[in-house]
Amino acid sequence: MVVSAPPAAATAEAPPAPDPRDVGGPRQPMLIAERLTKHFTLRGGSPGRRAVVRAVDEVSFDVRKGETLGIVGESGCGKSTTARLLIGLTRPDSGALVFDGEEVVASSGVAVRRLQRSVQMVFQDSYASLNPRLTLQETIAFGPRVCGDSRAAARERAQSVLRLVGLDPALFARRYPHELSGGQRQRVNIARALAMGPRLLILDEAVSALDKSIEAQVLNLLQELKARLSLTYVFISHDLNVVRFMSERVLVMYLGKVVEVGPVDRIYDNPRHPYTRALLSSRLSMNPRERRTIPPLAGEPPSLIDPPSGCRFRTRCALAEGICRAVAPALSAQGEDHLAACHAATPGSGHGAVAA
Amino acid sequence: MTDRALELAAPETPRSWVRRPASYWGGVATRLARDPVTLICAAILLAIVLVVIFAPLIGLDDPYQQSVVRRLKPPGTPGHLLGTDELGRDLLARLVYGGRTSLLMGFLPVLIATLVGGTLGIVAGYAGGLINTAVMRTIDVFYAFPSVLLAVAISGVLGGGVRNGLLALTLVFIPSIARVSESITMHVSTQDFVDAARATGAYPHQILIGHVLKNVVAPILVFASSLISISIVIAAGLSFLGLGVAPPIPEWGLMLSTLRPAIYVAPLNAVLPGVMIFVTSMCFNMMSDGFRNAMDVKA
Amino acid sequence: MLLFAVKRLLYVLPIALGVSVICFMLVYLAPGDPASALIPDNTPPAIAAQIREAYGFDKPVPVQYLRWLSRVLAGDLGTSTSTRRPVLSEVLPAMLNTFKLAGGAILIACIAGIALGAAGAYRGGRLSDRAIGAVGIAGISVPPYWLGMVLIVVFSVNLGILPATGMGEQQTLGDQLRHLVLPTLTLAVVPAGIIARSVRSAVGEILQQEFVQTLHANGLPPARVFLHVARNAAPPALAVLGLEFARLLGGSILVETVFSWPGSGFLLNSAIFSRDLPVVQGTVLALAMFFVVTNVIVDLLQMAFDPRFKRARAAVARR
Repeated sequence: MVVSAPPAAATAEAPPAPDPRDVGGPRQPMLIAERLTKHFTLRGGSPGRRAVVRAVDEVSFDVRKGETLGIVGESGCGKSTTARLLIGLTRPDSGALVFDGEEVVASSGVAVRRLQRSVQMVFQDSYASLNPRLTLQETIAFGPRVCGDSRAAARERAQSVLRLVGLDPALFARRYPHELSGGQRQRVNIARALAMGPRLLILDEAVSALDKSIEAQVLNLLQELKARLSLTYVFISHDLNVVRFMSERVLVMYLGKVVEVGPVDRIYDNPRHPYTRALLSSRLSMNPRERRTIPPLAGEPPSLIDPPSGCRFRTRCALAEGICRAVAPALSAQGEDHLAACHAATPGSGHGAVAA
Repeated sequence: MTDRALELAAPETPRSWVRRPASYWGGVATRLARDPVTLICAAILLAIVLVVIFAPLIGLDDPYQQSVVRRLKPPGTPGHLLGTDELGRDLLARLVYGGRTSLLMGFLPVLIATLVGGTLGIVAGYAGGLINTAVMRTIDVFYAFPSVLLAVAISGVLGGGVRNGLLALTLVFIPSIARVSESITMHVSTQDFVDAARATGAYPHQILIGHVLKNVVAPILVFASSLISISIVIAAGLSFLGLGVAPPIPEWGLMLSTLRPAIYVAPLNAVLPGVMIFVTSMCFNMMSDGFRNAMDVKA
Repeated sequence: MLLFAVKRLLYVLPIALGVSVICFMLVYLAPGDPASALIPDNTPPAIAAQIREAYGFDKPVPVQYLRWLSRVLAGDLGTSTSTRRPVLSEVLPAMLNTFKLAGGAILIACIAGIALGAAGAYRGGRLSDRAIGAVGIAGISVPPYWLGMVLIVVFSVNLGILPATGMGEQQTLGDQLRHLVLPTLTLAVVPAGIIARSVRSAVGEILQQEFVQTLHANGLPPARVFLHVARNAAPPALAVLGLEFARLLGGSILVETVFSWPGSGFLLNSAIFSRDLPVVQGTVLALAMFFVVTNVIVDLLQMAFDPRFKRARAAVARR
């Protein structure tokens, strides 16, 4: 896998020119998620006794301008649902979203539409996310058309954005998705997202389905685009190495809750939550002498329908105690800008591992 | 909106390298061209339709001209290529003019039912939720009747006649078209690209027209076309029972009914109208199959 | 599983009600006064007044519907305006005759359809498969009433070996069977075509699945492999069978007319032409209800045979 150095923009250089669309200023987080909650009711069963899937439960975090926030977790932890909440495809049951200082009222279609102009998503399945009956140009131009562009202007925009992702419009504009390779399709998906002129791009497992070499190309493209278009990324993935490569900060989710968040190097070098520790130690090493016989994490995650009381990780945690069943841990500071939700890492929680 | 300076340099592509992209419908046409059976059926149907449309120009006898003397002449009689019917009218002329009525009564209900049922199904399929339940459960009630029974009951109770027959047939086909449309639309609506379209903030009607329709129209039309043959058979059946067209208007089903007493003396004449129904219906079915096969391939 | 069955039955209740509403409304669709349509002519005025009172023609339509529904549930489908007998007593024997016809037809259709369909699937793609496919298409395209006429021409008029119409005197089994042959064959053709096509497509799909190749590779004789295939193909085949049987009951009217077979379709036909609306209503109601019930039975049978159905289906309700 091609590994290039993290973008230089993060370290000292002349500060990038101010973005004319910036409203709140550089210190205002691009997006604040406050206690987002989304439960799904399962069909089947009488109305009073239907099972409820607690997909996302009181999730709070912020996305800072110009950064890449990685989100990691196993399948079913709520990553994709969170992504859908962030772009307004799903309305939260409770909680708030604040974009660049302005609250997005979930019930207002107008507010959500305004959010959608600024936040776009690149989906995982590059084939299913393109309409097989539309040409690439038509697919990409759909967004600008919806925003009010004329047909010609939208087409222009589609072609220029195709050029941006490295696809020659003369060759590709009139093609259909089935004529493209996986990597090319994903570029088209990126182009489609960019055509709306967003400031925040959510990448939901955007490279997971690609071959490794193509993955590297697309990742490098994403880095370049971010620098040139002053974008902010939320990068969702289950691939821990890729997340480390791409992100400045990372957020770890488990069973619908945030368990740890902080600068990526900090967390990868010194994880404070048992789940993060287990997740990171489950990465395979290139060194054949570092073999592992005991899996770091046993069993399957419990069901989202009836999650464990208190701390949701306690059923698989070696450090679980009575306090963990009784009280759900809140995110507590672990050092500069580093938060973890674990009683064993929080002084005064009542857990035996820390001072009372 | 994009700064020109940001565009990645793309080498100038020689125009000669730009090939015409393979479109989906181009592929369908190519596959159809290689299917001789479908083409033959299409040709036969085309011939029937053309003959029927241009009937007045072909120089046929008057289909209403009766003759007591020349009743039930066998095919091959000079002057009457296919013989005459029980009232002495030229069978060839009656078959051709009858084709107009039969084909129309077969085609029109399906057309109207496609428009109505298709719209209902697409809206219900995309909207989901309460709208879907309300529409589809109502449709289910009509779907609970066997087609022939419903057609006969409605048309019979209304008193027969062409208009009532058309109405009855349309009502018979709306449920099945609506169900198929709803199911196809629901399948399409759950695809990621519809989600991606929703993420642009588009209104439902924009998504329906811009994204959903193109994926949904073709399979619906293929299904609807497979109903044409059934419609022709049932429409003729209604006339056979005396519920559709009234004499002396020529119509294949009606002709079968009036010629039925004659099967003992002129069996060949009596079965000719049915041959037309059979051939037309079979050609439509084969064509519909051929279309479905041509469109089924994931290019 | 039982819960699922009960839910399926409950689901059908509103449909059955809807069907009854439509049957009820049939009388109101008819041109003319519903009252005069339902009460036989020449009824003594006193009795006519009683009937009017009972049916409630002066009351709003929903009330009339409820009264009608309660009568129907009690077994009273009204009185025929042509024969003066209760509708139920006309409809039941007619339906019995139709059952005989439809039962025989579905049997023949089943055997022929399954044989043809399976044969076609096993010869997939080759000429014989396409020929069988053409036969199947011919089956569904043929107008049954015309086929009936053709068969009469061939077997009754020309060969004289089978009777052309009616059910015969019913004295001997042989006589009954002779009268049954032509109508049953005629009625069987369309369902045979449909069943053949369904079986062909179901078996064709199964044959392509990898587990079939695995069975062959394990050395299982072809006959045993076929048993496995049959087990997998059974549910959809059964569903089509059940559906076609129910459809035959409702759609037999045309064939019965050609052969003057005194079944429910024939009854419906004569009732329409004698403007005997109670009989029309009663027949349509009986046939439609039978269709609904058969559908439910088919669904339940499918559930019983398909292990995938047995597990509760949990669909996440989005948005």
